[in-house]
Amino acid sequence: MCPSFIQVDVVVPTQTKYLDLIGSIGERVAKELDSYTGDRAALAYQLNLVLTEATVNAIKHGCCDNDPQNCVKVTIQLQDDDLNIKVYDHGQGFDLEKVPLPDFEHPGESGMGLYLIRSVMDSVTYTKMKEHNVLEIIKHLK
Amino acid sequence: MNLELEKINGYSVLTVQDERIDAHNSGELKEYLLQMIEGGESRIIVRLGNVRFIDSSGLGALLSGNKGVIAKSGKLALTNIQKQVLSMFELTRLNRVFEIYADLDEAFNNEV
Repeated sequence: MCPSFIQVDVVVPTQTKYLDLIGSIGERVAKELDSYTGDRAALAYQLNLVLTEATVNAIKHGCCDNDPQNCVKVTIQLQDDDLNIKVYDHGQGFDLEKVPLPDFEHPGESGMGLYLIRSVMDSVTYTKMKEHNVLEIIKHLK
Repeated sequence: MNLELEKINGYSVLTVQDERIDAHNSGELKEYLLQMIEGGESRIIVRLGNVRFIDSSGLGALLSGNKGVIAKSGKLALTNIQKQVLSMFELTRLNRVFEIYADLDEAFNNEV
């Protein structure tokens, strides 16, 4: 039976060594979706990828300074058939609409992260707020 | 990052032992590849059979190695890529940039 509601909140220091932990949580959540009729292994990979890329984004672009006390907050919420991921940062923020597509003819070594997130999920928004910014990612499971 | 370098049939075969290549360790892979190329290695095969996850920075590290070796008129090929990892190459269309083979034998037969 598929649970109708799951929420996982994670706060980790802004250090890349925690990417594996964050990504693994995404894979674990995918395993809970018993009634998901799509490719579960692919979904597990996608959630790992999205959480990894979004957390890297928050670490690299979302920090005001190099204070080791800085943290990234991630929430994963499954409600009914929607999986909602939010990644919070406290940096300057950026304009999601101005992030260009990768140049597929002359691929660069960076700049593919948000493209990958957008490719495997259904909705991606970035909202700048007073106290923090939120990258919100939604996947419709049906 | 745990990497193993062997010389097989005149090729430099680099096996990535880690299951995961992400922004935490991709810099090491990039540096290792660039040092190999600077050291004169021109026929490189990267074996990815153990790797079950790669992110955009991992793809970038391999791309950096590919560009570096091409600049020195060499070649870099990838082998033994797991299904989900291969899907990342397809999504970014990097499967058109890299020479990708099922295994070492296929790479040798195609004279990478």
